[in-house]
Amino acid sequence: MSHLPDLVGGFLTTLALVALSAAGAFALGVVVVVLRVGPLRVLRAVGTGYVETFQNIPLLVWLVLFVFGLPEVGVRFPLFTTAVVVISLYEAAYVAEALRSGVNTVAQGQGEAARALGLTFGQTLRHVVVPQAARRVVQPLGNIGIALTMNTSLAAVAGVVELTASANRVNLVEALPIPIFVGAGLCYALLAAGIGGLAGVLERRLAT
Amino acid sequence: MMFDPPGPRGRRRSRIASAVAVVVVLALVLVAVRRFDAAGQLEVAKWRPFLTWPVWRYLLTGLWATVLAAAMIFLLAAVAGLALAFGRMSSFPWPFKAYIEVVRTIPVLLLIYVVLFVLPAYGLDLPLFWKLVLPLAVSHAAQFAEVFRAGVLAVDRGQGEAGASLGLTHAQNMRLVVLPQAVRHVLPSLVSQTVGLLKDTALGYVVSYLELLQSGRVLANFNHLLIQTFLVVGLVYLVVNASLSKLARHLEARGARSAR
Repeated sequence: MSHLPDLVGGFLTTLALVALSAAGAFALGVVVVVLRVGPLRVLRAVGTGYVETFQNIPLLVWLVLFVFGLPEVGVRFPLFTTAVVVISLYEAAYVAEALRSGVNTVAQGQGEAARALGLTFGQTLRHVVVPQAARRVVQPLGNIGIALTMNTSLAAVAGVVELTASANRVNLVEALPIPIFVGAGLCYALLAAGIGGLAGVLERRLAT
Repeated sequence: MMFDPPGPRGRRRSRIASAVAVVVVLALVLVAVRRFDAAGQLEVAKWRPFLTWPVWRYLLTGLWATVLAAAMIFLLAAVAGLALAFGRMSSFPWPFKAYIEVVRTIPVLLLIYVVLFVLPAYGLDLPLFWKLVLPLAVSHAAQFAEVFRAGVLAVDRGQGEAGASLGLTHAQNMRLVVLPQAVRHVLPSLVSQTVGLLKDTALGYVVSYLELLQSGRVLANFNHLLIQTFLVVGLVYLVVNASLSKLARHLEARGARSAR
């Protein structure tokens, strides 16, 4: 199989997409969840609007809008960058929801006790809520990471040659569908298993 | 609630912060709007087509195709998911567990490419509708299975035991006692699952099945109003899915109330 390097290149692109979008989605998700549980009504509305908008419109629509639409208003980024930005924006809504339900599982009395001690909102979050919520959000975040990995394949539709696209291209040349597609599937399964394993390790580490 | 009801100074401060936030958000919106305006994307002529009936008839036809595909996927995935869930809870669970775990880690697009480019090579060329529905049903069946399993596990053990002590067979017990309660438990998850499923039908764009997004693409090729068309398409998705999400939250709240 002479096109193995193409497949490896695709895998590396997928890896980069996953790593960068996961980092972006997490950072943005934290911002959104702070808006959503914070004391300012305006910002809560902004956070809710963000989550609703991104969770209810398909990722593919966002990709098409950003990749083909933005150049029409004179905003041009490399394709890969656009894909990372769109996937980050989209998954951030899911990260924010996971973090919020983690925050909500911390008993109400904890927040009230922190307030009674005179901690501010920021201090309450940092010293009381986040340490308790962290452990409970690891698994949901791991699942979002796996879903994000699956979703990076949609970048293929916008023209990024990641694993799915390169599998398809190589298959068009080599016509060996079964090994190529099974191989690509195995690579995704491997990535997902890696993320799941990482979440497991992190959860045990945070248990103490 | 992680903050005290604010006092006079806190209220003043939060008013100021809110005003600043509003200004920042408005400034962002303004920058975006100016950008769009500078590119001539806000001209009335570019938006007027979306006030005419033929354009909407075309998009709504696309939406109807989306709904049809979603309904078929729901049906197939729910039936298969139920079977998988019971398989996984049987005394011989591993093939079902393997299916669920494997499918969860394969992108739908990869499955679609298999149906699009691999199956025809083996002489199986499905109609467009099934090229979209089949891979999505395969993938969502695994997710439905996990939802149903969670529902059955959430039914109180005593319920099944009571059924058994009344002399119901295992099948009767499942059908008459456990499942009706399980379905009530999972109703909200089923509705949010449907939102995900509806969003996935946008992959019709890849298989060129004329659902909503693909209709938008055809329309945009025809009227050269790419941004406007896809924004309108996105808005339609938003309205449909936000209504479904709202229904899910409503069902959840009702379930939580009746459980008390």
